[in-house]
Amino acid sequence: MFHSETRIFKTSYAADMALFPLPIARWAMAGLAFVFVVVVPLVASPYLMTLLNLVLIAVVGAIGLDILVGYTGLISIGAGGFMSVGAYTAANLVVRLGLPFWVAIPAGGLMAALVGIVVGIPSLRIKGIYLAVATLASQFIIEWLINHVTWISGGIEASIQVPPPVVFGYKLVTPQQLYFFLLFFAVVAIVATLNLVRSRIGRAFIAIRDQDIAAEIIGINIFRYKLYAFAISSFYAGVTGVLYTYYLGIANYEQFGIDVSINYLAMIIIGGLGSVQGAVFGAAFITLLPEATRLFLTDFGGAVFSQDTIRQLVPNLTLILFGGLIIFFLIVEPEGLNRLWRNIRNYFRLWPFSY
Amino acid sequence: MLPMPDLPWRFIAILLANGVLVGAMYALVALGFVLIYKATDAINFAQGEFVMFAGFLAAAAIHLAGLPWWVSALLTIAAMIAFAFGLERVVLRPLLGRPIIAVIMATIGLAAVLRGAATLAFGGGTQTIPLPISDSPLLLGPLILPPIKLVGAVVSLGFLAAFGWFFLKSRIGVAMRAVADSQQVAMAMGINVRRYFALAWALAGIVSALGGVLWGSMLGVDNQLALVGLKVFPVMILGGLDSIVGAVVGGLIVGVVESLSAGFLDPLVGGGTKDIVPFLLMIAVLMVRPEGIFGRRRIERV
Repeated sequence: MFHSETRIFKTSYAADMALFPLPIARWAMAGLAFVFVVVVPLVASPYLMTLLNLVLIAVVGAIGLDILVGYTGLISIGAGGFMSVGAYTAANLVVRLGLPFWVAIPAGGLMAALVGIVVGIPSLRIKGIYLAVATLASQFIIEWLINHVTWISGGIEASIQVPPPVVFGYKLVTPQQLYFFLLFFAVVAIVATLNLVRSRIGRAFIAIRDQDIAAEIIGINIFRYKLYAFAISSFYAGVTGVLYTYYLGIANYEQFGIDVSINYLAMIIIGGLGSVQGAVFGAAFITLLPEATRLFLTDFGGAVFSQDTIRQLVPNLTLILFGGLIIFFLIVEPEGLNRLWRNIRNYFRLWPFSY
Repeated sequence: MLPMPDLPWRFIAILLANGVLVGAMYALVALGFVLIYKATDAINFAQGEFVMFAGFLAAAAIHLAGLPWWVSALLTIAAMIAFAFGLERVVLRPLLGRPIIAVIMATIGLAAVLRGAATLAFGGGTQTIPLPISDSPLLLGPLILPPIKLVGAVVSLGFLAAFGWFFLKSRIGVAMRAVADSQQVAMAMGINVRRYFALAWALAGIVSALGGVLWGSMLGVDNQLALVGLKVFPVMILGGLDSIVGAVVGGLIVGVVESLSAGFLDPLVGGGTKDIVPFLLMIAVLMVRPEGIFGRRRIERV
């Protein structure tokens, strides 16, 4: 947030580590909360709400992946697989047993966490590219299993219809109703992660990322903590899968393919690895990119191309933009959108006396 | 003598032969990875897209420009060399010395760009690369083999042998191995490390061009051709990331395993095993021997 650090003196470590480092941050948070809880639902059109909902779902998933990739330094190209585990677990619980969302969501997360631990076991021995390929393999294997085991996937086209979540007797159907539902989980994910990464576990993750052998030497049980990272990250992914399932009203493994895993990696890269705020930025950016491309082309491309050409152009142009932006950020601004944001903030931090 | 169980030997032989042929072609694509990884420590997740792009270029040269197939193939090779050079210069060189995820993500981004650009430039339809090879299956004793696979395998193995020789004996190959071994020491011995990085990418470009022409003429050229690149991960992990012999052995193993699972497992579980059995095998190998069959164990310093 924009704030001035003048006249603020920290006298203890606890103050230095606090969630709100400056008094004004509380006010900024309150302002943000007001905007997202009151202003946005009043002002935004249903179309905008739909987009925001997608962003909120992506926020949960991106933060989860960031715990694994950004904080612990373990590369995973299998986030989509864990999401589909969560999605199908929840869908089966909801449809077969009629369980409410507040059971289905944690259950989906826990099942994904279990699968994540299994996938994470090789991470003690392998890392870097080998781990990346192993997680890629897990993605394909999970996809195949879901597609071929009808007990999980319900048979026809491997998709399960899911009724909308019911909160306090209200069915959540419209984008606006779902918005509050999803906002709640996005906020929980953000706060939980901010607390996690400044705890003992989070510090162990960061130590492992910076040098895993050194971390082991100073007494961190790296096998246990790597599995924690996989479990926690997969839990988030599982929850993301469930939320997406509720959002779509259907669980379908095709919604969680390899391209989704890559999308989420792109989010945390473009947002800035190892930062919750960056993950949020990246989630919004990557989710809105295709829509922005489409709007831009339909509004301004009409002068050059026919509408038919534009319809063909959009997906390919989005792909090119997507890949190009990843490369651009990696080369030019490796710390991502988060860094750009900090640059702006730092300029104002000592304003007007910045030197 | 006990009566033999009624195993379809001929069926198995055909599966094995096909697996070996396809495996050799996998090895060719895997060689592209290995060359780059050996010399520059970078991993190229866009290898499949390289192959696809080369396939599109070759198809365009044949159909749009009306060139004979061998001119098109040579042009594709030249174009891919230039492309790989440029790529190394613009994308990969700024990322030297950065964490491995940066390189992985950059090549994943590159893959997205190539897929989008290829569809924009060449359209979404499937194109053909007609090579002067007959379509009628070849009967070799009990075996039935498609000639295109035979040609592909022979060309692939030929090039693999040539590259093997090149690395072992030629002056440039020795220099490349020195760079792969230790960049600092190579630099101290007066080797221009950057030039060899570029050279490694150029060689990978050649390999991709060949792969594109061969795979493209076998499967047809469209976006799906890039999926060949995914198959190559098990190949190179099995063989070891930095070994050419490993690429060949890994390719053959994956080809045979894939072919056998398609023949025997698919009818049991309802298809698609060919796409995951190589990955299962790969994970098993990773658990036991993370550096692959022929790879070198890395020693880490804190």
